[in-house]
Amino acid sequence: MIDVNTAGEVWVFAEQHEGKIADTPLELMSKGRELADKLGVKLAAVLLGDDVSPLAARLGHLGADKVYLAEHELLEHYQTNTYAKVIDGLIRRHKPQIVLYGATPCGRDLAPRIASSIKAGLTADCTDLQIGNHEVKKTGKVYENLLFQIRPAFGGNIIATIINYDRWPQMATVRDGVMPMPEPDTSRKAEVVKETVHLAAADLPLEILGQHMQARKVNLKASRVIVAGGAGVGSKDNFRLIYDLAHCLGAAPGATRAAVDLGFIDRDHQVGQTGTTVRPSLYIAVGISGAIQHQAGMSESKKIIAINNDPDAPIFDVAHYKIVGDLNEVAPMMIKSIKEKV
Amino acid sequence: MGYNCVVLVKQVPDTKRITGQAMNDDGTVNRGALAAIFNPEDLNALELALEIRDEFGGKVTVMTMGLPAASDVLREALYRGADEAILITDRRCAASDTLATSYILSCAVKKLDYDIVLCGRQAIDGDTAQVGPQLAEKLGITQVTYVEEIQKLNGDGLVARRNMGNGRQEVKTTLPVLLTVVDTANEPRVAAAKRLMKYKDAMSPVEIAIAGGDDSSARQKALAEKGLLIKQWDLDDLDADLAWCGRDGSPTKVHRIMSVVLGGKESKSVEATQAGIDAMVHELIEEHTIG
Ligand SMILES: Cc1cc2nc3c(=O)[nH]c(=O)nc-3n(C[C@H](O)[C@H](O)[C@H](O)COP(=O)(O)OP(=O)(O)OC[C@H]3O[C@@H](n4cnc5c(N)ncnc54)[C@H](O)[C@@H]3O)c2cc1C
Ligand SMILES: Cc1cc2nc3c(=O)[nH]c(=O)nc-3n(C[C@H](O)[C@H](O)[C@H](O)COP(=O)(O)OP(=O)(O)OC[C@H]3O[C@@H](n4cnc5c(N)ncnc54)[C@H](O)[C@@H]3O)c2cc1C
Repeated sequence: MIDVNTAGEVWVFAEQHEGKIADTPLELMSKGRELADKLGVKLAAVLLGDDVSPLAARLGHLGADKVYLAEHELLEHYQTNTYAKVIDGLIRRHKPQIVLYGATPCGRDLAPRIASSIKAGLTADCTDLQIGNHEVKKTGKVYENLLFQIRPAFGGNIIATIINYDRWPQMATVRDGVMPMPEPDTSRKAEVVKETVHLAAADLPLEILGQHMQARKVNLKASRVIVAGGAGVGSKDNFRLIYDLAHCLGAAPGATRAAVDLGFIDRDHQVGQTGTTVRPSLYIAVGISGAIQHQAGMSESKKIIAINNDPDAPIFDVAHYKIVGDLNEVAPMMIKSIKEKV
Repeated sequence: MGYNCVVLVKQVPDTKRITGQAMNDDGTVNRGALAAIFNPEDLNALELALEIRDEFGGKVTVMTMGLPAASDVLREALYRGADEAILITDRRCAASDTLATSYILSCAVKKLDYDIVLCGRQAIDGDTAQVGPQLAEKLGITQVTYVEEIQKLNGDGLVARRNMGNGRQEVKTTLPVLLTVVDTANEPRVAAAKRLMKYKDAMSPVEIAIAGGDDSSARQKALAEKGLLIKQWDLDDLDADLAWCGRDGSPTKVHRIMSVVLGGKESKSVEATQAGIDAMVHELIEEHTIG
């Protein structure tokens, strides 16, 4: 069990495969930086692998003050036991106050194993992280500068803010696509801390016989926010607006069949009866009339924003926020508003 | 020969069918308005265990930690083919997070003779997918997550295919092992009519006590003789260290909970002006719909 250490660092597990850092931990660097600055502590990336030191520089550019580097031939491919053993040791040695992992298939396999061995809490699948205070009602005791771990649960029907005040580190897995990727600053340099690794073949209880990874395709079903464009967007060029709005929200771009048929975007993005059925937390329908076949694929979304210049468009029947107006004006206003607030 | 499989199953509210009435005004869940079901991926885990037993022999034990009403999922598992069912129920389990839950489950699994422990990948209420890996760590055994198929099982060796959503992987390992099973693994069998007739009267001691009546110990004895008494353990039976159970054993605490389900057809018109849109974006950020 690890005690509360308010001087501890903020850590991000820099998951890498085949010498390439995964997107989610890279996105986490911006949030990690923000948290570390608020707490007045260092942001460190934890990098494991075999011969991965060249990746440390990039982590520095993206905001890390430090990179804990653990290299060993048995760390070449991700395996639960070896990775958990090494990170468990690092946490016990350096006592960080916060440890963040991408909620990737690998992060969700690894983080709970570590949480169990160090007997710490772990919040799953966060969509936001903040620093705040918590008062324990019974005793009136106030814990300051805790990590608020904000996550949907109950099939996405509630949003819970989870904290851990008496047993640390505060650990969370964080969803992909909910935090913006930081802009690299090539003048920043991280201090590289080389860690010695003690592993033996017995630490590898699995043998990987084969692996087939899919190229990253749009995964509408797994997206928390979808920005979908319809025929009303007008042209393939103008579809840029949909990508831009999606990008600043960490959202996936979607489309109607009409937009796909007009060649604005690939068929993988089609939502509806003959496309994908989605139920994201937020669905933004831009220039979409709301045909029944389209609604069949999106009406279960938790929140729907519709932008259409026809006040009688059927999409407004299922929308929670109705914006009657020209999408060419409204979409840029939304982008501006989101960029200034986030 | 044969393999002893222990399947961990959870009773969950049917979160896929949530309507406005399922949430109280204060944002908490109105559990009474939701049907309690067998966690879907736990049915896939059970099916995988039954397939192993049917092919190689051995025994399938299902176990759940929950309220007395969770006996329902145990009966359901018996209808579908499980050999034995165990209910872990104790007020002191309340408010357990995944760390405490996996500790309690580990104390129970350690009392059994097992080769393969099976969990669903994820429960549809807590939605964490953490209990499987944490239980494996507490048992000190290897975990294989996202299992879609057991391709080979012989002696104490196993080859499994994992489906991680972004790709597939074949791995080889030795028993004992803990598997978390995904929904693409199989089509769970339905209840067998004969087993349903036999086990519909199966009950756990706590259910017998709740039902009341004159002599619950005689009732228990009668059911036990017919093989219809669901085994029941509390934390004392498990020799669990209470410091690791329930609220005290749980490092994570809930600071706040908010409902995101809109009641009925709640909707707003937003002015197509910068001010109108700023207000809407502000609202969405406040309620964490966007980050
Ligand atoms: C809104 C909300 C948010 C929460 N967030 C967190 C969080 O971030 N971190 C945290 O540690 N806890 C959290 N909890 C608590 C957590 O839901 C409970 O600890 C729960 O008992 C187990 O977690 P799960 O439902 O996520 O199960 P999962 O880990 O998703 O379940 C995986 C598998 O483990 C097995 N299993 C799980 N529970 C049982 C059981 N009771 N009996 C038998 N087998 C079981 C099943 O095979 C299941 O398929 C949260 C609870 C709520 C209500
Ligand atoms: C068997 C079958 C299956 C189908 N499956 C699907 C499916 O899976 N998915 C799907 O989407 N469709 C499907 N369709 C097609 C569906 O019926 C509609 O034709 C389609 O959804 C319409 O797409 P749209 O809303 O983009 O285009 P339109 O209906 O042409 O609507 C465009 C909208 O944009 C608005 N607009 C125009 N200019 C602007 C502007 N400057 N600012 C704001 N708003 C503007 C207009 O007012 C209009 O409402 C299917 C049809 C059939 C028969």
